[in-house]
Amino acid sequence: MTSLAIATGQRRRTLPGFTPTLGYTIFYLSLIVLIPLAGVFFKASGLGFEGLWNVLSSPRVVAALKLSFGSALVAAMINVVFGTIVAWVFVRYRFPGKRLFDAFIDLPFALPTAVAGIALTAIYAPNGWIGSLLMPLDIKVAYTPLGIIVAMTFIGLPFIVRTLEPVLGEVEKELEEAAATLGAARLQTVVHVILPAVFPALMTGFALAFARAVGEYGSVIFIAGNFPMVSEIAPLLIIIKLEEFDYRGATAIAAAMLVISFLLLLAINLLQAWSRRRGVAR
Amino acid sequence: MSALDTAPREPAKLPFEPLIQTNAVITEQPWIRWMLIATALLFLAVFLFMPLVSVFVEALRKGVQAYFDSFTNTDTLSAVKLTLIAAGIAVPANLVFGLCAAWAIAKFDFRGKQLLITLIDLPFSVSPVVAGLIYVLIFGSHGWAGPWASDHDIKVIFAVPGIVLATIFVTFPFIARELIPLMQELGSDDEQAALSLGASGWQTFWHVTLPNIRWGLLYGVLLCNARAMGEFGAVSVVSGHIRGLTNTMPLQIEILYNDYQFVSAFSVASLLALLALVTLGAKSFLEWHYADQLAATRRH
Repeated sequence: MTSLAIATGQRRRTLPGFTPTLGYTIFYLSLIVLIPLAGVFFKASGLGFEGLWNVLSSPRVVAALKLSFGSALVAAMINVVFGTIVAWVFVRYRFPGKRLFDAFIDLPFALPTAVAGIALTAIYAPNGWIGSLLMPLDIKVAYTPLGIIVAMTFIGLPFIVRTLEPVLGEVEKELEEAAATLGAARLQTVVHVILPAVFPALMTGFALAFARAVGEYGSVIFIAGNFPMVSEIAPLLIIIKLEEFDYRGATAIAAAMLVISFLLLLAINLLQAWSRRRGVAR
Repeated sequence: MSALDTAPREPAKLPFEPLIQTNAVITEQPWIRWMLIATALLFLAVFLFMPLVSVFVEALRKGVQAYFDSFTNTDTLSAVKLTLIAAGIAVPANLVFGLCAAWAIAKFDFRGKQLLITLIDLPFSVSPVVAGLIYVLIFGSHGWAGPWASDHDIKVIFAVPGIVLATIFVTFPFIARELIPLMQELGSDDEQAALSLGASGWQTFWHVTLPNIRWGLLYGVLLCNARAMGEFGAVSVVSGHIRGLTNTMPLQIEILYNDYQFVSAFSVASLLALLALVTLGAKSFLEWHYADQLAATRRH
């Protein structure tokens, strides 16, 4: 993974500084990211297949992984629906305060996760602004898996909107006009002309939001309640194992999460290559 | 060009309206439009505005005096200090890296470039908790370098160096991923010209490249700093939560919150929320005024 084949100068380089900058880039990348990450896999491989399986198949770990991935999936799907509406409204319509609202979409990137966590808990707690409204309906959000989904929706929103906005802006209006001229109803145009054009971007945003939500810790733990088997997410279980000095268990869960994130990263890269190809083809 | 841009936005003055101006066939009926706008804004209000507002409401719940009293706590003050130290080391470290990586990737062609870009983005797909764990596995008492570090009296885990390392890891790609597409877009014609006129490599960098990328650089630094000061998960794993010594502001918020000192917790949180607002404001300002000097291919 660390070895990068470097071409030996087929093109003449007139700019200076190639070797030191690339050298430092690879050195720093290896030191901070690659070697420490490889360490997790090295340590995990020391457990052997059986050791890994023993940790990962224990009911508490299975429940935590299921909860993390399941909630992240639901949150990403909520964001696909509402993120698409938000992106559509911001790209296509004009209304007062649009710029201000648009700037705020990046709030989940800028607001520290711990701050988001306690704020969301305060709102959705039984005596909170929304929690007290939901109490009569017998819906509990804070300290339940529902709260986890709320927190993951919060942190995932900008990924969908920011990935979708530029692509939606580039959809050629002539195509829509052509569809309309040929007798398509507006909904048909949206489904058959616009949706296919933005689909790769939508999937990329979905994967980014999903990947972020799976690993999310700070905004989730405050609102989750953290009951074992019910509302205990996988990253929290890693911390619990570490606090019990169960380094093998922590490493096994971390390795499993890393493998899945790497697969997601691969999927995101393929999706982006796909949307770039479609962009060129158009 | 600008006259053409603004023309379609003016209300139509002609008795007949060209299709391209009204776009009646490619927009929705007014009631659908307003329903979609209402849905979007309601969603943003509930999911984004409400949490932000609630931070300040909770912080001021017991009055202004109680709010300011929260900051007299010595543990809180040392948490603020540690956060500034961690960000003060992590951001410049990643700035130097970002400049090197962008220079090598944008100005030269080599095999494995795409792989290198993907690897630089890697920390974004790693859970913050795992980011902390990797350093515990190396420098912890059971780690490879743990015994060596304790022999040489170097404390990394449950100490400031571990917090700095974890912060560097989670903010690793921010500046690089802002600069790489920007410098790729700019190309190297300006630099070639400077060099052919006799400028040295450093002169070219300081007087040609840096002025070209300054707004993109500032943009990256802003985002990197916001994340560095707000990081929770990774820092939480390596910190050991020693009060007054290894707590950053986000960790101090957790401790206060778990101690049921809600006003204090939200007061510290309000500082970070203000930082987020300033970051958003500065970021939007840069986007509005220097859009052409920021990378167009920014992914989010």
